[in-house]
Amino acid sequence: MKLRERVYKVAPTVPTASMADIAFLLVIFFMITTSFSPERTSVRLPESIIRAEVSDQPSIIAVTETGEIHFTSGEEASVVLSGTEELGSLVQQIVELIPSKEFVIKADRNARYELVDGVLEALRSNGAKQIGLLTRPGGEEVQ
Amino acid sequence: MKKLRYRRSPEIPTASMADIAFLLIIFFMLTAVFTTTQGLRFRFPEDDPSQLNVQPQEAIHIKINGEDQFLVDQTPMTKAEMGGYIRTRMAENPDKPVIIQTLPDVPYYVMVEVFDLLKQLEVQNVSIPTESEIERWRAFGIFE
Repeated sequence: MKLRERVYKVAPTVPTASMADIAFLLVIFFMITTSFSPERTSVRLPESIIRAEVSDQPSIIAVTETGEIHFTSGEEASVVLSGTEELGSLVQQIVELIPSKEFVIKADRNARYELVDGVLEALRSNGAKQIGLLTRPGGEEVQ
Repeated sequence: MKKLRYRRSPEIPTASMADIAFLLIIFFMLTAVFTTTQGLRFRFPEDDPSQLNVQPQEAIHIKINGEDQFLVDQTPMTKAEMGGYIRTRMAENPDKPVIIQTLPDVPYYVMVEVFDLLKQLEVQNVSIPTESEIERWRAFGIFE
């Protein structure tokens, strides 16, 4: 018996019509889930093993290695401050509105401690309660 | 005049749509800045000048003089020795307060390392006095 060779009437193709839909779905997903940070100062954070999640929308104080202080109340983009006195008055204004506001210190790992101490003093003396020190994962585990 | 006739049905070319979309995805992924929202948290003690929350004499006092140069209760120690010392002292009294004093010229990460070590040892009562608070303690004669 002789088998007849099969002839395709339609050329074989991979259906790619829905590819665009999938891709745009991914684009939209990423756009919605991305949260924009108002604080974009580039610092090298210190490392720690214990890392707890800070509260939503904290005020962020960034301290660079050279001693610049950047501040954001959590909503608008951060601004460079002239010093800890200015930081103190801003903290006071925020604490008056929201007493439980968390203040997060994002300081460079090599910044002199004196700078961080100045920031802590400005926070403490102006009524801040909850403080966070941002870190990145790493560090030594205690034996 | 003969009417024009399309042999193929009219189409919008959508084949490159996926390429464009994936290009956008890659662009957003590369430009995204990952934000850190984790770290070490603590609370300042309630400000009440009539009573001090920490009795410095009863606390473990860590003085950070530099990288891996710690003075714990007046005894020089390395980080590993300090871990062991604090663990034994905590076993005696788990509520014992620990005071971290950092000299102004020490890099910030050394202090974070010590704070992390205390958190790992589950020390509940960590106090990070600022320079002016230490001054005040000195004025009261309860510190050094």
